[in-house]
Amino acid sequence: MAPIILPANPSETRPGRFGVYGGRYVPETLMAALVELEREYEAAKADAAFQAELNALLADYAGRPTPLYFAKRLTEALGGAKIYLKREDLLHTGAHKINNALGQGLLARRMGKKRVIAETGAGQHGVATATVCALLGLECVVYMGDVDMERQELNVKRMRLLGAEVRGVSSGSKTLKDAISEAMRDWVTNVRTTYYLLGSALGAHPYPTMVRDFHRCISREIKAQMMEKEGRLPNAVVACVGGGSNAIGAFYEFIPERGVRLIGVEAGGRGAALGEHAARFRGGAPGVLQGTYSYVLQDEDGQIALTHSVSAGLDYASIGPEHAALHDSGRAEYVAQDDAAALDAVVKLARTEGILPALESAHAVAEALRIAPAMGAHEILVVNLSGRGDKDMGILARELKL
Amino acid sequence: MPIRFAHKPGLVVYLTAGDPSLEGTQAIALAAIDAGADVIELGVPFSDPLADGPIIQRASERALAHGTRLRDVLALAGEIRAARPEAGLVIFTYVNPILRYGLTRFAEDAAAAGADGVLVTDMIVEEAGEYLKEMKRVGLAPIFLAAPTSPDERLQAIAAHSQGLVYAISRVGITGTQRSLAADAAALVERIRRWSKLPVAVGFGISNAEHVAQVAEFADAAVIGSAIVERIEGATPEGAPGAIGRFIQDLRLKETAPIR
Repeated sequence: MAPIILPANPSETRPGRFGVYGGRYVPETLMAALVELEREYEAAKADAAFQAELNALLADYAGRPTPLYFAKRLTEALGGAKIYLKREDLLHTGAHKINNALGQGLLARRMGKKRVIAETGAGQHGVATATVCALLGLECVVYMGDVDMERQELNVKRMRLLGAEVRGVSSGSKTLKDAISEAMRDWVTNVRTTYYLLGSALGAHPYPTMVRDFHRCISREIKAQMMEKEGRLPNAVVACVGGGSNAIGAFYEFIPERGVRLIGVEAGGRGAALGEHAARFRGGAPGVLQGTYSYVLQDEDGQIALTHSVSAGLDYASIGPEHAALHDSGRAEYVAQDDAAALDAVVKLARTEGILPALESAHAVAEALRIAPAMGAHEILVVNLSGRGDKDMGILARELKL
Repeated sequence: MPIRFAHKPGLVVYLTAGDPSLEGTQAIALAAIDAGADVIELGVPFSDPLADGPIIQRASERALAHGTRLRDVLALAGEIRAARPEAGLVIFTYVNPILRYGLTRFAEDAAAAGADGVLVTDMIVEEAGEYLKEMKRVGLAPIFLAAPTSPDERLQAIAAHSQGLVYAISRVGITGTQRSLAADAAALVERIRRWSKLPVAVGFGISNAEHVAQVAEFADAAVIGSAIVERIEGATPEGAPGAIGRFIQDLRLKETAPIR
C-alpha cells in the first residue's frame, strides 16, 4: 500500500512554503497538533461569525483602524519625502501584537483549549496574550528569557497583573529564542490541552501564514488611508523586523504593487561580528531554527549564534520564512540600523512629533531618518510604528541619561 | 550492517557525544556495549535542543563548551565501529547541524564512519524528501520518531519510510526521567505493528529496570537516555564507564542469554 503522506523536497510548492523557506521541522509529537491547528484555522478563516467577532474586537476593544498620521514636523526637519506614521502604537496594550493575540485567542477558544502558552521577547506579545486570555477567561502561561525579564520589567508586572503566570527561562542566551524553545517544550508535553499562541511570523506551518493573516489589516488600512489622503500609493513602506510580524503585516498587501519599495530593518546591535547583532541577512545562512527553514545566525557547525540588540523584540537569531523568500526574490530590501541609531531615532521622534516609539519601532524610524532626506518632496514614506516606548523607559533613562 | 537486537529485551543507549569528552564518550560507549547495549545512539550536541529536557540540555551545553563538532562525532562513531563491529550505531541529531555540514557530505561521512542509521529529532516524513534520498544512496537506515499523538495515517508513513527500527516515544513530552511508564506506550507500539515489521524501540523517560521490564512486554527494545546522561553528569570522567556498565547490567532484571 502506498503511504498517504509523501516526503517532499523544500523546493516543492505546497502550503507553508515561501519559496524554499518555511515548512515544518518539529518533533513528531507536535505534528497532529499542527495539522489540527491548520485545519481549524482554515475553518475559522472561512467562518463569517468568527471573522465578525474578531473584527468587532479589533475595532471596539483594540482600536482599529489605527490612524495613518502625517508627521509634518519630522518631514520638514528632514526636508525630503513626506513621512507618514502608521500608528500601531496606539492600539490597546501598546503594539501591533494585539491583532494576532485576539485572532489566535478566539481560535484557541473555538478549539476548546483552556490553557494558552506564549513566548515573549520585549513583553508586548506576552502582554497582548495575557490581555486576551483575561478577556476570554483562559489560563495563560508566558515564557520569557531572564535577560528580557530584567530589561522589560514593566511588562512582566503587567502580565502578572492581568493574571498570567510568567516563567523565566535561564537557558542559552536567556532571550526570545530560549523562551520559544521552552514554550515548545511545554507544548510538546501538554499538547492535548494547550494552545500555543506564537507571537511572530515564525515557527512551523501554519504559524507564519496565520500570524501574517492576522496582521494583514495593517497594510490593508495603509493602502486605503493612503488613497484617501494622497490619492496614491506610497513610494516605500518601512518596518522593523525581529521575527517579522509587524513587517509582514505592513508589507503584505503591497507585495503585488511593484512601485512600492518594501524595506525591512533588522537590528544592527553594537557591531558587525557574529553575536553582536541580530541582522540575519548580513551574517546569517539558511538553516532550521524552531520549526522553520529560514535565514539563521549560526556558526560554521550549525550551532545557533548569540545575538544582541538594545531592543528585546528584535533580538532573535532567525527571521520569519516569508521574509527570507521576499529577500531572495528581491521584492523586499533588508537593511540594519544599530543600537545608537535606534536611540537617536527615539529622541528625534519624541522631540519633533511628541511620539515615543518602542525601541523596536525606532529601528524603522532610524531608517526613515536616513533615507527620507535624499527622497523628493513629492515622494511618500510610510513607517510602521509597531509599538510605543513606555515599556522602554528604564533602558531609555539609562542609555540617554535622562 | 543491519540493526539487530541480540538480547531480549533489546537495549538502546543514548549518549551525548563529547560529554564528558570525546574520549570519555568512547570509553562509555564501549563499556555500554560490553554490558549488553545492542545499539548506541550517538547524540550530536546542539545549541537549541527543543525536544530535550534539562538533563540532555546540560549535557549538550557541556559538550559544546568543549568544542565538540559534528565531524568529531562522526570520527568518534568510526572509533566505536572499529572497536565493536557487532554493535548497532545510530547518529542522533537535530536537523540544522547536518544542513550546515551538507546533507550529502553528512550522509557519506556517516556511512564511511560505519554508522547504521540516522535519527533526526526535528525531521518529519513530509520534509524528508532529500534526506531520504541521501540515506538510501549511502545505505544508512533513516529512523523516524512515532508519537502517541500520531494518528494512524502518520504511523503508516513513518513505518513506510523508517528502516532499522521504529522509535516509539513513550509519552507526550520531552526527554527526561520519570517514575512510571505512561500507558500511551503500549497502545502506540500496538498501532505501529499494524504497519511495520521492523523492531520497535520505546524511548523517553525509561529510567530503570522496572521500566525496561514493562517495555519488554510489548516492544523489542528500550531506549535509555537521560537516566544514563544524568549518571555521567554525576560521575567522575574516570568512573563513568564503570558506573554506566554496571547500570546497564542492572537494567535487565532477569539475566537473559543473547538470542542466536
